[in-house]
Amino acid sequence: MILFTMIGSFWLEVVLKIGVLRRFKRVVLSILPVSIFFLIWDAYAIEKGHWFFDEKQMIGIVGPFNIPLEEFLFFIVVPLAAIMTIEAVRTVKKHWPVGDE
Amino acid sequence: MAYTEIAFAAFTFSIIFDLYLIKGRLLTKSVFWTSYAIILPFQLITNWWLTSREIVMYSPDAILGVRIASAPAEDLLFGFALILCVMNMWVFWGKKGIQKK
Repeated sequence: MILFTMIGSFWLEVVLKIGVLRRFKRVVLSILPVSIFFLIWDAYAIEKGHWFFDEKQMIGIVGPFNIPLEEFLFFIVVPLAAIMTIEAVRTVKKHWPVGDE
Repeated sequence: MAYTEIAFAAFTFSIIFDLYLIKGRLLTKSVFWTSYAIILPFQLITNWWLTSREIVMYSPDAILGVRIASAPAEDLLFGFALILCVMNMWVFWGKKGIQKK
């Protein structure tokens, strides 16, 4: 699923030259503060049993607060794909304002 | 609180964050809604994959029980909140002049 999301979005880097990966610092500053809150939510939901994972279909590496490695990757890859998407749309639709011009 | 309440809270917060706190006002912009229209089908595909194969499972007590593409409807609120907040951070740092290009 994570690979699918990466394949679905990373081609935009090459084809549309959106230059998101090149702007590493801005990527980290954008994703980290948001993902922290979602990972706290994730930890809480796992602790409370709101959701749970099939261990047979997991890599098996579990990080702090019982959060599986896949969840950490999810909260990096999905926000990154979102940033790539908005940068791709603005590359195609140059006259549409984003707000940081 | 269970998934339903937290998802609604995150969704509501993301709207307030966009319009009144960080003021990216992406909800008023074509670039956001076009990006979201691209992201949504991909979210539905990955949601369907992760839930129909029971890689991720949900406690019936934690969700409303309404399912879209096999995943709890709450997932759509969660996804919306995640990408709206991350895109807002991206635009925010761009406004601050961090790696604009």
